[in-house]
Amino acid sequence: MPRWDRVKNSFFNWDRLTFSFPRLLHAFVLDIKIFAWTTPFILLAAVFIAIARNTRAPALFPVRLFVIAYTDIMRGVPVILWIYLVGFGVPGIGLDRPWNSPLIWGSVALGMTYSAYVAEVFRAGIESVHESQRAAARSLGLSSSQTMRHVILPQAIRRVVPPLMNDMVSLQKDVALVSLIGPIEILRQAGIDKAKFANFTPFVGAALIFLAITIPLTRFTDWLLTRERDRTGASKVR
Amino acid sequence: MNAKLTLNSVAKSFGDNQVLRDISLTINTGEVVSFIGASGSGKTTLLRCINLLETVDNGSILLDNTEITAVGLDPNPIRRRIGIVFQSFNLFPHMSIRRNVTLALTEVLGMSADDANETASNLLARFGLSDKIDSYPDRLSGGQQQRVAIARALALNPEVLLLDEITSALDPELVGEVLDVVRELKGSGITLLLATHEMGFAREISDRVCFLADGVVAEMGLPEQIFSHPTDPRTQQFLQRVIAAGRLRG
Repeated sequence: MPRWDRVKNSFFNWDRLTFSFPRLLHAFVLDIKIFAWTTPFILLAAVFIAIARNTRAPALFPVRLFVIAYTDIMRGVPVILWIYLVGFGVPGIGLDRPWNSPLIWGSVALGMTYSAYVAEVFRAGIESVHESQRAAARSLGLSSSQTMRHVILPQAIRRVVPPLMNDMVSLQKDVALVSLIGPIEILRQAGIDKAKFANFTPFVGAALIFLAITIPLTRFTDWLLTRERDRTGASKVR
Repeated sequence: MNAKLTLNSVAKSFGDNQVLRDISLTINTGEVVSFIGASGSGKTTLLRCINLLETVDNGSILLDNTEITAVGLDPNPIRRRIGIVFQSFNLFPHMSIRRNVTLALTEVLGMSADDANETASNLLARFGLSDKIDSYPDRLSGGQQQRVAIARALALNPEVLLLDEITSALDPELVGEVLDVVRELKGSGITLLLATHEMGFAREISDRVCFLADGVVAEMGLPEQIFSHPTDPRTQQFLQRVIAAGRLRG
């Protein structure tokens, strides 16, 4: 049986923590950057994919087929496999600087995967808008794209903000996966510090930094969900 | 009288359920025609076919002697000329009352925001809704929402207005205010088609009444003739049930 002082020394070593914490915080800036530049790409791509999947014109069948294949593949492949494949693979085919950076291609891989998940959230939102809303808009002479833009999407987006936040919390954590192909973000920095002193406290420090972000975000999401339920649902039953 | 709408052998089915078998009729400009019949007799489907929200399986529909059901025709310019008001209002819940009315004006007709606002203000004032113009639909009663829906359809200045059981979802005390709006429309030159369960109102307002049964026009004629001297046994039976239910004085 390991004794408590050994557990404490290995995971909760104050000196190791005070040494690593500023370095971890500094590295965490890169996580935030990756999160910040992938998010707009993910949201835009996801809206586009969701709309493409909801088109009804027979001529757009190939587009529908493409986005269905895209979401199936992206959701079916482990994120980490995709990050390896794109993040290592694409720079490896001989691109010039700066386009051979694993950081760029790792972010792209993460964005591709998440856009597929987020597209499903948007799609659920679009499908939750009742068909009678579409009928009302079309009966006024609005085209199907005007109907999507003015009537369906605004209602759909409002409804999916809470589940969307859920995916964003998840993305915030998965950014650390990019560390596996090189960039020194917080998880990798923790690994370096751990190796230096054969001590696991830097990982605990990194966990604390993640929790400081994800727990408030999760609480905020729960609050949004409750508010949405109260607003749209019937009064609570005991 | 010139024909505004002509239906030639219109048929429509949903899967195995043939709702409309063979509907042929002509409606004149400015005429008010009520469609009555049991639930499921095809009143709503017929109106939705005329607005091109449903495509007919067979037969054709003509507006001003031009076929509107031809394959490959852009439905949007036709829908501007044929408005529809739904049983469940279908206002856009995320838009103010003003925007509900102006949306099609600015987006479809390309009207300026100022002109569209003026049109909306005038229409809503006419229906006694001026004080609601900046409210959202969920703040309005059912009767008020339905009057907004009528204003929204009228904003495009349609030649034909289809009213699909517009009082069926309303509390009884709110029916009157909506029917008053319809009374006001009669004689304004617009052609009105109503699908309705309000037999007393159909009798009062209609130039002609059309009784639908088994997917065909069982009987069509003046209200007096249909309600007082129906000749088709299906009409007689239907009216007896309606009178028994207390929805029409015998």
